[in-house]
Amino acid sequence: MQQSRLRDLIVGVFVLFGLGAIAYLSIQVGGLYYNGPRGLHLYATFDHVGDLKPRAAVVIAGVKVGEVVSIGLDDNMRARSLLDIDPSLELDVETSAAIMTAGLLGEKFVALEPGWSDDMLSSGDEIARTESAISLEGLIGELVNNADLGED
Amino acid sequence: MRIAPIELLGFRSLLLLEHLGHAAFFGMRIVFSLLAPPLRFRRLVIDVFDAGVLSLPVVCLSGFVVGGTLSLLGYTTLVRFGAEQALGPLVGLAVIRELGPVLTALLVTGRAGSAIAAEIATMVTTEQLDGLRMMSVDPIEFVVSPKALALVLVMPLLTGLFILFSLLGGYMIAVGLLGVDGASFTTTMESAVEFSRDVAQSFTKALVFGCLAGLIATYRGYISEPTAAGVSASTTSTVVIASVAILVFDFFVNGMWGV
Repeated sequence: MQQSRLRDLIVGVFVLFGLGAIAYLSIQVGGLYYNGPRGLHLYATFDHVGDLKPRAAVVIAGVKVGEVVSIGLDDNMRARSLLDIDPSLELDVETSAAIMTAGLLGEKFVALEPGWSDDMLSSGDEIARTESAISLEGLIGELVNNADLGED
Repeated sequence: MRIAPIELLGFRSLLLLEHLGHAAFFGMRIVFSLLAPPLRFRRLVIDVFDAGVLSLPVVCLSGFVVGGTLSLLGYTTLVRFGAEQALGPLVGLAVIRELGPVLTALLVTGRAGSAIAAEIATMVTTEQLDGLRMMSVDPIEFVVSPKALALVLVMPLLTGLFILFSLLGGYMIAVGLLGVDGASFTTTMESAVEFSRDVAQSFTKALVFGCLAGLIATYRGYISEPTAAGVSASTTSTVVIASVAILVFDFFVNGMWGV
């Protein structure tokens, strides 16, 4: 019986440690705590989204505050994206959205910059001022064209 | 005469299908016996001890070494581009998404799956299962189900510990030996790993692999020939079939999860 109780204890400790490892991986490493309910839904329309994908981060001043929910085309053939943002934030109507790249070749994300207006955005509103993704190919093409012009 | 090889192929194919069907029925009997009242909790604890606790040293040591190796290998390549900060995401994503669940499943299959198959096959050989049947105790409910369930339960727990130890190993090699900044290692890793894409996928895989290993080990032991050679054959084929099945299902889970 003594042997059996020791084994039970060891199994219990093992299960606890295993569950602890899963919890640690989910919460600390996986960042599960952030996936709480958000709810401020804003639309932003860009001329060109580059390779921005759903679930890309939305940041303000480098801090992640939400993510891109979906990207689709609007009636004017521009890319219309839906952003899901922390509702505790008060963003004003002059807020601008820009698609940026983490590092030279890193992931695309949407950077918001608040303005100074007193009118606040509410869920379902449109961010008026947007800046499209910079495409590396476009830049190189421009550079090559300019270099040719310079030689002539 | 020329038809003989084709006949053989047909015979083999039918045999394979027959085994798949039997295994599916066997799995259903295990599930039903687990749902029906007499819950063999005592036996389950014993089997969790055998399959889980006794696999712990192997799994932890392997995890630690795998993480360290990844750090060393990743560093040699990344340092050329001055991108040592990417070492954390590299080790974290590789271990959590792929290496953790797969290597743990292979290790547990080799250590515990083969032992389960050998034990059940020996019970078949020495007619212990027939003895149970004579006492009108269902051997599936009494012997097979607790062992299969133990493997399913143990797999995610061991996978979690394996991943934890590989992250620790990767961190220690990267920070202690290679001089990467420790804080940037952990923060870049934590920002690269996502719960729904990586961690949830990892533990889904662990559960799937646990079911596969549990079903294959118990089934292969249960249908063993009642001879010494039968026991050894069931042990060997458990490891082979389960390992291949784990790698194949890993591919499918990856594919179904999307990028």
